[in-house]
Amino acid sequence: MFGLNNDFCAIDIPDTYHPQSEYTKGVARWCPGCGDHTVLHAVQRLCAEKQLPPEKTVFVSGIGCSSRFPHYMDTYGFHGLHGRAFPVAEGVKFRRPDLDVFVVTGDGDCCSIGAGHWLHAIRYNMNLTVLLFDNAIYGMTKKQTSPTSPMGTISNTHPEGSVLPPVNPIQTTLGVSNVSFVAQTVDWVPSHLYATIKAAYEHQGFSFVKISMRCPKFMAEFSKQKVAERDTVQLLMHENGIQPDEATERMFTHHVPHDPTDINTARALAEDAETTHLGLFYQNKNALRYDLYGAHNLGFSPEQKMAAIDRKLEAFAV
Amino acid sequence: MEYHTDTLTAPMPHKTGKKVLSRHIVEIVSDSGEGAQKAGQSFASISAKMGNGVWTVEIIPSDIEPPPRTLQSTSGIRIRIGSDTVTNAGDEADLVVAFNEVAPFSRIEQDAFKKGTIILIENAWAKHDDPSIRESYAKAIADFKKMEYVVYEIPMAEECLKFVPDPKKGKNMWVLGMLSYIYSRDLKTAEDQIAFIFKKKSQAVIDSNVKLLNAGHGWAAENLDFQFEIPAMPSDKELLVMNGNEAFAFGTLAAGVEVCSMYPITPATSVSHMLAEIFEKAGGLVHQAEDEIAAIGFAIGSSYSGKTALTVTSGPGLALKTEFIGLAIMAEVPLLIIDVQRGGPSTGMPTKIEQGDLLAVLYGAAGDAPKIVMAPSTIEECFQFVIVARQIAEAFRTPVFLLSDSNLATGVQPFERPKLKAEWMSAPIDQSAWKEDAKPYQWDEETGLSKRPIPGQKGGEYTLTGLTHTAAGHVSYLPEVNQRTTAMRSRKIAAFGRTLKPPKIHGDEEGDLLLVGWGSTRGAIEEATDRARELGGKVSSVHLRFLSPMEPGLKDIFKRFKKVMTVEINYSDDVNAPLITEENRRYSQLAWILRARTLVDIDCFSNVHGQPLKPRNILERISELVK
Repeated sequence: MFGLNNDFCAIDIPDTYHPQSEYTKGVARWCPGCGDHTVLHAVQRLCAEKQLPPEKTVFVSGIGCSSRFPHYMDTYGFHGLHGRAFPVAEGVKFRRPDLDVFVVTGDGDCCSIGAGHWLHAIRYNMNLTVLLFDNAIYGMTKKQTSPTSPMGTISNTHPEGSVLPPVNPIQTTLGVSNVSFVAQTVDWVPSHLYATIKAAYEHQGFSFVKISMRCPKFMAEFSKQKVAERDTVQLLMHENGIQPDEATERMFTHHVPHDPTDINTARALAEDAETTHLGLFYQNKNALRYDLYGAHNLGFSPEQKMAAIDRKLEAFAV
Repeated sequence: MEYHTDTLTAPMPHKTGKKVLSRHIVEIVSDSGEGAQKAGQSFASISAKMGNGVWTVEIIPSDIEPPPRTLQSTSGIRIRIGSDTVTNAGDEADLVVAFNEVAPFSRIEQDAFKKGTIILIENAWAKHDDPSIRESYAKAIADFKKMEYVVYEIPMAEECLKFVPDPKKGKNMWVLGMLSYIYSRDLKTAEDQIAFIFKKKSQAVIDSNVKLLNAGHGWAAENLDFQFEIPAMPSDKELLVMNGNEAFAFGTLAAGVEVCSMYPITPATSVSHMLAEIFEKAGGLVHQAEDEIAAIGFAIGSSYSGKTALTVTSGPGLALKTEFIGLAIMAEVPLLIIDVQRGGPSTGMPTKIEQGDLLAVLYGAAGDAPKIVMAPSTIEECFQFVIVARQIAEAFRTPVFLLSDSNLATGVQPFERPKLKAEWMSAPIDQSAWKEDAKPYQWDEETGLSKRPIPGQKGGEYTLTGLTHTAAGHVSYLPEVNQRTTAMRSRKIAAFGRTLKPPKIHGDEEGDLLLVGWGSTRGAIEEATDRARELGGKVSSVHLRFLSPMEPGLKDIFKRFKKVMTVEINYSDDVNAPLITEENRRYSQLAWILRARTLVDIDCFSNVHGQPLKPRNILERISELVK
């Protein structure tokens, strides 16, 4: 057009450009004030920044409020069964290294009904970006205790207050062998949320991000408290960590230096139930990746396959 | 009608030349780890090579290393040889080789022997250091004679010691030599077989085992007063000898499937073992998932992204997979599910034979979840059906079930070596642009079929969901949407049913009694039918390969018989049992479906003994019904 020729252009001109609007679909039907909206926006922004081809991007979820997420992304999506997002996502990725696969799961989905899959998904360390939406309550089924509800949470299943200490998803994830990326952020600090999700996407492996979420419907007080708390929040600071912007640094004045390759300190920080640490707990870029194993013998022609089968059939021939 | 056997019931008192037989059943029983199965499999392969029909079935203890010389430790193999094709394990054994005196009792418990069964037993126990073992041996020999078995005490260990320092290693090949003499097997073929099975070992190992083979053969020729001949029909067709699980694995490979996602469960697991051995070089992988649910979830994920996957399981695993099966049906994801059934409910009898999952497979999912369910009836069909099932799964965008059981899983039968074809294999994943105007579930009103976008197809982006969804894939709870989409999924099954032909009738087109079976029981049912017909009974049988949708024309077939009865290995109430009336009787599983579908008063003959059906037992039931 107008005499421009790609051959003479110094900068690659992409064939297509995907504006952020291209990743949006419909109107999200979460409650007003729900943290899910901010994460949806951050993820759409990430897709646009990374120019992910929508047809090569898959969002896999389970069941629950957060698991409605894929319906609002104009990419491929898989809204499956309660607790079972991990196995599905692993199967999607196993023989399709060309796909970018995200897992969106909630505290009930991941830490309760799907807990078994969660532990193994960490160990498989496939290249998946995992967003755990942790609002510490069951929302979709109307306010039952979640495994991450603080002890004493008043819910429809525990009207006198929940009676067990909560699961600590960061601690649990850091305890599994072959763990490769663990970070924590909150939905109400958009810049930190975005920086964390972006770092998770860029990590090649199972990137686990726990996002503390507000549930204005069933955990209104708790959510307000969380947002208001400043003194109990510490930012994890390191050149290889997640870089908070200036506003975030000003908002949270407690800064702790933490080298994300140090798993022992990461575990100690995770065990500290009194403090909320935001940032990158741990990253190991060299952890074994099961998706690389899954893709190591792709693309055999029918002839190659038949030759291998025929060779083995010899052992059964009489 | 009177039952008569086509086999010899007693050895000749004196050597009077070879007795010619059309069929014989041999068992080798020992403690785990003594090589009985290797000897038996070799014997079967030698016989198949010579042109005999063969069916073998392994006798497997439930534990890995149970205490020796106990009823629980018996390991072994049954080999049925015939002049023509052998389709099942048959009735009682004709000849048994026992490595100790305890093992036969575990078979007697299973009603596996009869009067006149020849028992060739290791006699080293008679001189054992432990007096309790000597006593046990003497008592067993006396008991066998009392039960009218024909006992030969054989110095197996003593003879083997002449060639090897430890008779435990090598006794099985000596026994193979003995059996080779008894059944007039070709020694050269037997030697080749030994070279084949030990091909990864040194020449010295091969030579030593060949020596033992010849020694066993020589000893038998000198010392036994009987010998058999089972004429064969040599053919130049190249044959494969394998069990049903191995055939499933090869079928999976031949279908071009690249992912088998499974969790270990008896008796299905060995399908994945075979696949794991070959996949590396055939461009595929076995994923051993963390549990049964993850196994099918992973398979569905793989199918969703374009590679139709296989999951293999058995009853308890099937129960766990149920929710995902519902999702695959609701979201229309192609998938292969092999269920190698076992005794149930619950943990049941993991290593035993039962066809107990039919109703669970057909109806075991919430809501209306129509399925395509196939049941191979021979080892060869285990191979072929996977290839067909993958094509059906993709064309009809649905899971396809293959129902097998331990009878096929461990049964070994020769079949003609298939010539692999490129068109059996799945096409490369379609990554062409999606037609802009086509919806992800654009159901065809006539057939319920729709084309599926696969990740990578530009313009096909949609979110798969287990919620009720419109043709566009959008969630909707509108009454008419749920009614229509449920109808569309049902219509697909009807459309597939239209592609099926009525089943072939084994025997005459009409008569007094029609037996109806499915799955692994075909050989036994048809053999019983044949024997009944030889005795003048107007009996036919029909065997169903498709359980859902069913092959057409069944009602017309049933109407031409005075009585119709299913023969199955699952539970039914005995009509004469306390409290049971015509109204409350619980029928066997296929009978339930056929009664509902055809309104014909179909009877059933079934048990849950965990054993292969014996043709003789079916024949006895036939003779009660057809006078």
